[in-house]
Amino acid sequence: MINKISESIETALASVKDGDTVLIGGFGTAGIPNELIDGLIAQGSKELVVVNNNAGNAETGLAALLKAGRVRKIICSFPRQADSWVFDDLYRSGKLELELVPQGNLAERIRAAGAGIGAFFSPTGFGTELAKGRETREINGKRYVLEMPINGDVALIKAECGDRWGNLTYRKAARNFGPVMATAARMTVATVHEIADLGTLDPESIITPGIYVSKIVRIDRVATAAGGFKKGT
Amino acid sequence: MNYIKRTKVEVAQRVAQDIHDGAYVNLGIGMPTLVANHLPPGVEVILHSENGILGMGPAPTEDDEDYDLINAGKQPVTLLSGGAYFHHADSFGMMRGGHLDICVLGAFQVSATGDLANWHTGESDAIPAVGGAMDLAIGAKQTWVMMDLLTKKGDSKVVSQCSYPLTGIACVKRIYSDLATLECTPEGLRLIDKVQGLEHAELEKMLGLPIAV
Repeated sequence: MINKISESIETALASVKDGDTVLIGGFGTAGIPNELIDGLIAQGSKELVVVNNNAGNAETGLAALLKAGRVRKIICSFPRQADSWVFDDLYRSGKLELELVPQGNLAERIRAAGAGIGAFFSPTGFGTELAKGRETREINGKRYVLEMPINGDVALIKAECGDRWGNLTYRKAARNFGPVMATAARMTVATVHEIADLGTLDPESIITPGIYVSKIVRIDRVATAAGGFKKGT
Repeated sequence: MNYIKRTKVEVAQRVAQDIHDGAYVNLGIGMPTLVANHLPPGVEVILHSENGILGMGPAPTEDDEDYDLINAGKQPVTLLSGGAYFHHADSFGMMRGGHLDICVLGAFQVSATGDLANWHTGESDAIPAVGGAMDLAIGAKQTWVMMDLLTKKGDSKVVSQCSYPLTGIACVKRIYSDLATLECTPEGLRLIDKVQGLEHAELEKMLGLPIAV
């Protein structure tokens, strides 16, 4: 019998290794798998390469993982935030490598990895500092830059509802990077707020089919900024 | 000085006046978001947000924020009836694939031929951050810039060649500003309109660039 439901985050993350590339979903307050990031801190793997849209806020979540000195390199589109002081200090002191990628190229490089694409030409960034030294090509009069896929060893994502086959639904704009990251890693772990009996999720509404998902852990819906509901409820 | 500059709201109104009924539009973070408040009555526009929303509505009331429903600036928003959610690769595919009609962005500098610089001031100790700026700049059918024409020091933000790091090459079609609305073409600037009382020669002198009529 297939059962991708893990009893705990600890069990779900047990196989993460030093040096792994970890894709972490979320954008702003939506879809950040905070519980899994905390689990990764507890799990102890180091020398990680992290792929996320940002580079952590304040002292929790991804910022806490950075602060714990467990990340060697971050691949992201927008590290600078009003409260990204943990990243800022590590970057300025040369303790953390940064690969800055335009957001759409970041999403597409992850998608390409999941879809088995060897590389692709994107018009985004052509002629800019971020494309310096890279292979370019003119196709039908338009100029493009070669972009390589980003494969993950692990993807950590937050979904809304899942079943024992690993099928996932998402909630509103918390979907963001989740579905593409799920396709691009050897092991995808998703937190969900609800576990559905097999067959009760509407097949038309399943956004991530279980083939892309290794493990699911149910978490409470916390009334925090990343919890999906307004403050104080 | 015999002219009065347009306020930010008036520039937003000027941009809104050029957005056609049925347009799919992405409004960049900051000043461009003002445009949403000034669309003419009867004009139905579908707003796109890079984090996977079409049909984005205004900010919710204070008690109705949902932190799973935010815009690119990470502020709570709402979804209009008919709106849809999709993942990040689809959202940027929509952009890169030329499906959006108009994208309105802020800028540090724009060149006469439409090169855009809006992501980095070039200071060596600044932490770089690009987000969706480069994807937005080159993706939509038309990219419009909304900005003051001069810096606080009085230097022109419209230049022959950008000195700040580029976001995209020859991607800006129009500049909406406090003094004039300009079109960027391969041959250089063309005037669409200017504030009353501002002489054409005076505007050209301010920018240090020829402006075709």
